[in-house]
Amino acid sequence: MKKKQYKEKKKNWFLYFGGAIVVVMVVLILLGYVWTPYDPNAMDGAAKAQAPSLLHLMGTDNFGRDIFSRVLQGAGTTFFIALCVVAIGAVCGTVIGALTGYFGGWGDEILMRICDSITAFPSILLALVMIAVLGPGKWNVIIVLGILFIPSFARIVRGEYAKCKDLNYIKSARLMGAGHVRIMVRHILPNIWPVLLPAISIGFNNAVLAEASMSFLGVGVSPTEASLGRMLSDAQSYLLRGLPWYALFVGFTIVLLILGFSLLGEGLQQRRRR
Amino acid sequence: MLDVVDLRVRYLSRPDKYAVDGVSFHMDRGEILGLVGESGSGKSVTAMAISALLPRRKTECSGSILLDGKEMLNADREAVRRIQGKELSVVFQEPMTSLDPVMRIGPQVEESLRIHTKMTAAERRAAALQAMAEAELPDPEWIYRKYPHELSGGMLQRVMIAAAIVSEPKLLLADEPTTALDVTIQAQILELLKKINRERGTTILFISHNLNVVRKLCSRVAVMHKGKIVETGTAEGVFYHPQDPYTQRLIAAIPTREKHLR
Amino acid sequence: MHYLLKKFCTLIITLFIVSLLAFCAFQLIGDPTTSMLGTNATPEQVEALRHELGFDRPLLVQYGDWLIHFVQGDMGTSYSYNMPVSEMVGSRIMVTFIMTMMAFIMTVVVSIPLGIFAARREGGVFDRIITAFDQIVMSIPPFFIGILLTCVFGLILHVFQPGSFDAVRGHPVAYITYMIFPALSIAIPRIAMTVKMLRSSILEQMGQDYIRTAYSRGLNRDGVLWGHALRNALIPVVTFVAVSVAEMVAGSIVIEQVFSIPGIGRLLLASISSRDIPVVQAIVVILALWVVVVNFIADVLYQYIDPRIRLN
Repeated sequence: MKKKQYKEKKKNWFLYFGGAIVVVMVVLILLGYVWTPYDPNAMDGAAKAQAPSLLHLMGTDNFGRDIFSRVLQGAGTTFFIALCVVAIGAVCGTVIGALTGYFGGWGDEILMRICDSITAFPSILLALVMIAVLGPGKWNVIIVLGILFIPSFARIVRGEYAKCKDLNYIKSARLMGAGHVRIMVRHILPNIWPVLLPAISIGFNNAVLAEASMSFLGVGVSPTEASLGRMLSDAQSYLLRGLPWYALFVGFTIVLLILGFSLLGEGLQQRRRR
Repeated sequence: MLDVVDLRVRYLSRPDKYAVDGVSFHMDRGEILGLVGESGSGKSVTAMAISALLPRRKTECSGSILLDGKEMLNADREAVRRIQGKELSVVFQEPMTSLDPVMRIGPQVEESLRIHTKMTAAERRAAALQAMAEAELPDPEWIYRKYPHELSGGMLQRVMIAAAIVSEPKLLLADEPTTALDVTIQAQILELLKKINRERGTTILFISHNLNVVRKLCSRVAVMHKGKIVETGTAEGVFYHPQDPYTQRLIAAIPTREKHLR
Repeated sequence: MHYLLKKFCTLIITLFIVSLLAFCAFQLIGDPTTSMLGTNATPEQVEALRHELGFDRPLLVQYGDWLIHFVQGDMGTSYSYNMPVSEMVGSRIMVTFIMTMMAFIMTVVVSIPLGIFAARREGGVFDRIITAFDQIVMSIPPFFIGILLTCVFGLILHVFQPGSFDAVRGHPVAYITYMIFPALSIAIPRIAMTVKMLRSSILEQMGQDYIRTAYSRGLNRDGVLWGHALRNALIPVVTFVAVSVAEMVAGSIVIEQVFSIPGIGRLLLASISSRDIPVVQAIVVILALWVVVVNFIADVLYQYIDPRIRLN
């Protein structure tokens, strides 16, 4: 009790910083969907491989394309994929976790074993194998990562449901004649949010990292689409030719996205613990 | 031999409230004093202050705690550490969690010897085995090699007591040592403490929320309420002729056979 | 012992299932005949090749056959290079292994002292710097760390020549110097995670009851930390570090790409894009074997260091 009060006086910097970064990044990305300073794919023969300037905030690449515009577009692609992946993972994971946690039994046992074995393997490896089977492309990346994200959400939600179902107010709701579905959706689900929210934020962090890694390896989005990972892979060849800013700008954009979501997730978790 | 004078403790997180608010008492060599009070009355904080275990960064203490004339409160850390475990030992409430789970029993019993004396390993071992036998642990040699999770709560509390008396301290602080145990084991532990007091002459400060337990063990009793000592006296005196209204209520709250019959 | 046996059986079964899944998935999509013969091959030619490769047999028979050969060290023949897969994999696996082991050693050597020193003075300057640094480092993708290292040590300081792996083969000193940077790229995110975990694990232990007991015997903070808290705090961390050896191999797939190191990851990526199924199958099963064995070792280690589990 006393300890708790002492801690409450500390400010939750993680939450503020993470939230601020995420808000700024998301606003920029949304802006990128409707307007970019230049056409991301327009080549300007007169402005090849320029250093950052007021005209081109992040400089231009070897074809004279504006890097800032491309970063905006690429971040948009990455963010869209991450959004879909987290949506698939969170929705399917919540449904599976709710059912297994609430009803228990052998279905629970089997599904959790499967989740365990999936999480035992490094996700990059699994993603590569699945992409090898399905073939690369934006939607395949979304499907593959979405599936791989289900277990972590399922495990978290399952734990909460298993814990909640024995609480007295749930028992009394059942005695008053509430059906299983109603209890799961109306009575337990609202209590899951404080746990699910940080998980979703961390999920974004992981999804951005995974998408960027796969596109970097050339097994993600198709080459015609700008994505942060693929741009970084392109930028790496400029690096050896002595044009470091392309790689640096793209890389730091990825870092900011991941940092924002990881800080936000950490902050949300700390807020829950208090 | 122990003099507590006007002890005040407050947590820096709640500067408006003193957890211990001007406590003074005296203990003679070889006596058993019972400190009684409900949870939150400040009795445990008093014990922590005497054993110098309050976190210094989070608490503020004033007053004086003299152990054999040596000031313990706000004294130099190194000086305090030379007393902790050597002249003053503590037995805690939860024997299950108060022992290091990944260390064998033996090294934990003799730890204070390792810190405070220059005894050889063999000497320490012999001392530990003797203390364990004195704490009435069956087959000390066997228990010496066990891990805490392999023993029962009552056994672990005996281990804690053995670890506390191994360095032959002048003062033994027992902070609710029987609360977490079964009733039958409670009685055995009380007997053990009595025996240690009788045979070794160890002074014992016994802290409990249970007046009945205190009455069985202690010669004198101090009752604490809201950070203050409201009543002191002999165990029988306080129990049968309580002066303070709080003590009266406390005694009235003890379930007795007669009341149940009524 | 009983527990180990049970774990070992699970290990074998897991491997069996993983290899079956990998085999079937690739076998179903990976009919190589068209890519080998070209699009204008006659149906008779295709049929003949399918028969020659054994594709006309039932799937389970193919799997059994493949498994028996695999166990004997025969991993089939690459479609693209027409050479034994085991030869292609053999030399590359060493490169990946060396890199992973270097990363592992770096992780252990750096993160454990850092974690302890951060926890030693909770809230101190050192602790705050490490915690903030940790949070940032964990947000940098390993491949970007690789690019940054290339930038700083390759292009500015000229400690190594990026992309010159073939030139350093056979020169132990140059080889190690070159490999330090990819190994660092793998290790740095792991170090950050391990430091964070060890720090919070120690701080959690420092709040336990037995720590108060240790203080009551006259130990100071360092004595309590080294004598009691650390051993307890290391139990989950050792498992984490052991398991991270598996994650590091996966991480090396990406890092090999950054530093153009001809390891198993590059071969896997190249084989995936050229649909060289026998190679992909072999590598996937080898990596799965690695992961499962590492997890098994982590489990055994956990048994060994935690007496509470050891004796139950």
